[in-house]
Amino acid sequence: MAAPRTERLLNLVICLLAATRYVSKDQIRRGVPQYGECATTEAFERMFERDKDDLRDMGIPLETGTNEAFFDDEIGYRIPKDAYALPEITFDSEELAILGLAARTWQQATMSGAASQALRKLEAAGVDVDREALGVIEPRVDAAEPAFGPLLRALQQRSRVTFEYSRAGAAPEPRSLEPWGLASWNGRWYVAGHDLDRKDTRVFRLSRITSEVKVVGRKGAYEVPPDTDVTALIHMLAQPAPTSTARLRVRSGRALPLVRRGTVVSRDDEWTSVDLPFEDVHQLASHVSGFGSAVVVDSPESVRSAVVARLAGALDAVKEGA
Amino acid sequence: MNGGGAVGQLGRLLALIPWLLTRPGVSVAEAAAEFDVTEEQLRADLELAFMCGLPGHLPDDLIDVSLEGDRIVVTNADTIARPLRFAPDEAVALLVGLRALSDLPTPAGNDALDRVLAKLERAAGDAADTHRNVTVKIQSAVDADAAARDAIGKALGDGRRIRLEYYVPARDEVTVRDVDPVRLLLVEGHGYVEGWCHLAEDWRLFRLDRVQSVNVLDTPVDAHESPADRETAFDAEAATWRVRLMLEPRAAWLLEAFPCEAVQREPDLVVDMPVGDLGWARQLLLQLGGSARPLEPPELIDAVRAEAEAALAAYPDR
Repeated sequence: MAAPRTERLLNLVICLLAATRYVSKDQIRRGVPQYGECATTEAFERMFERDKDDLRDMGIPLETGTNEAFFDDEIGYRIPKDAYALPEITFDSEELAILGLAARTWQQATMSGAASQALRKLEAAGVDVDREALGVIEPRVDAAEPAFGPLLRALQQRSRVTFEYSRAGAAPEPRSLEPWGLASWNGRWYVAGHDLDRKDTRVFRLSRITSEVKVVGRKGAYEVPPDTDVTALIHMLAQPAPTSTARLRVRSGRALPLVRRGTVVSRDDEWTSVDLPFEDVHQLASHVSGFGSAVVVDSPESVRSAVVARLAGALDAVKEGA
Repeated sequence: MNGGGAVGQLGRLLALIPWLLTRPGVSVAEAAAEFDVTEEQLRADLELAFMCGLPGHLPDDLIDVSLEGDRIVVTNADTIARPLRFAPDEAVALLVGLRALSDLPTPAGNDALDRVLAKLERAAGDAADTHRNVTVKIQSAVDADAAARDAIGKALGDGRRIRLEYYVPARDEVTVRDVDPVRLLLVEGHGYVEGWCHLAEDWRLFRLDRVQSVNVLDTPVDAHESPADRETAFDAEAATWRVRLMLEPRAAWLLEAFPCEAVQREPDLVVDMPVGDLGWARQLLLQLGGSARPLEPPELIDAVRAEAEAALAAYPDR
């Protein structure tokens, strides 16, 4: 049953919040009835230690210190009201409507629960969140990958993690990581961080984590380098910088995603010539082949032959099936 | 923070008591709905609060909860009258969720969103530490044409019809259509405007980065019944084709990447895939270069053959 413990914790919070000076352990033991029921001092101290940790994990600023009047070794506790309470905060009607959106953004249960709790705290502070406004926006941000929750907690606590990771088609391997950040890009979640085995920065796709994410070691085990831009890291590592350029001919009005990524070098009624930077021949060949006769590769030869091979392969496959 | 356990319950109480203090006489049902718990749980929370208070625990020290019928009035809870500041997970959920919207064209413009983010970040203090290390990037909204994005936001706000030049990837062509926009959607990592399409005479989603241009017309939008809720951008019910493919092992990733169903695993993997437009399936098969063979429908087989032959004709030296 949670209730007796909740009662004790709530009494402890009230006791420490109400105090204007540091409260000694003895005073706490006398002031919170549930501690008074402890048979021994050891039992009380164990219980109190655990309670302190729980309050701090909840974000309650429980301070330790001594009052001048105390003897040197007498340590006391308090929760400063200013640090405890949500600061005064007000919003105009436009802003209240935006806050209403926050209530319906997360699809994932834990994040949605946390966002709702935050909004309730605002409402408890007198903010009138407008949940009905901005019905024209329907944001759905999901984080269905089971690894998301544990990785977010590890990131917040700066704890190292281990997990099994399976690259496309390969067998799972154990990895060990200091998470620096999480990012959703085109609907998929990635974690970036320092890979302790590879001794380098790495990015992992959460959907390819095949085991539980285990926290190893203590909190605050590392620092995230300042100005870490996780999205940029993912871009860089998932899509390496282009090293070559292909010259393509694109039929007018077609294959716009290719044209948009490249530079137009010339244009007539029928064709647009485009220079397209690329890194991976096969990735580009796959992209180009999909557009069929709308795109012709002029150079380089490697891309030209890779596209021809794909088209010929697709043609052979339908002929064999016939 | 609504989980069970003492910490979950305490977290709820530290928000619930201040919430009730600002709403004297609120009903049990309303409070339970707001805090996403059963009425039974909410009553248990209140009973517990009633047992708590300042050291000494004389009657005057305790939180006073009176339940008159269904109405709750809380008094004598000055110590915890202000809600506890955001916990780190709450700050992250709120700030990351809102930041995800910053690339969408909102009718109010993005100034209000920026102001909200700044205020929340200040209020959260240290709890907001990690939020910049968690990002939801809506690439299709970032890549969208800025003028088109603004025009969509404005048309939505004003309830006006828009003329879209829209690139349809499945057909690899730009179409022009009049659309009555109803809402912006953020789903599966992409930004869309949803509206009644006068060309298709049905609800359609338009991905923001595929909108080539937007012309806001003087015509107000027609009154339509609202479109159904969408969990995903892919509308399986609107998929008119069922495509059957035989996959080589190196193309087996299709099973994971697209909504499809394995109908045979040995000796070869065969999958059925609902497809809205055969043009899309044709592109996919050309991309795969023979690692997937179309078995059905015959229209798809013919389309792949014709397009591959036409494309190869541009390389006469082969």
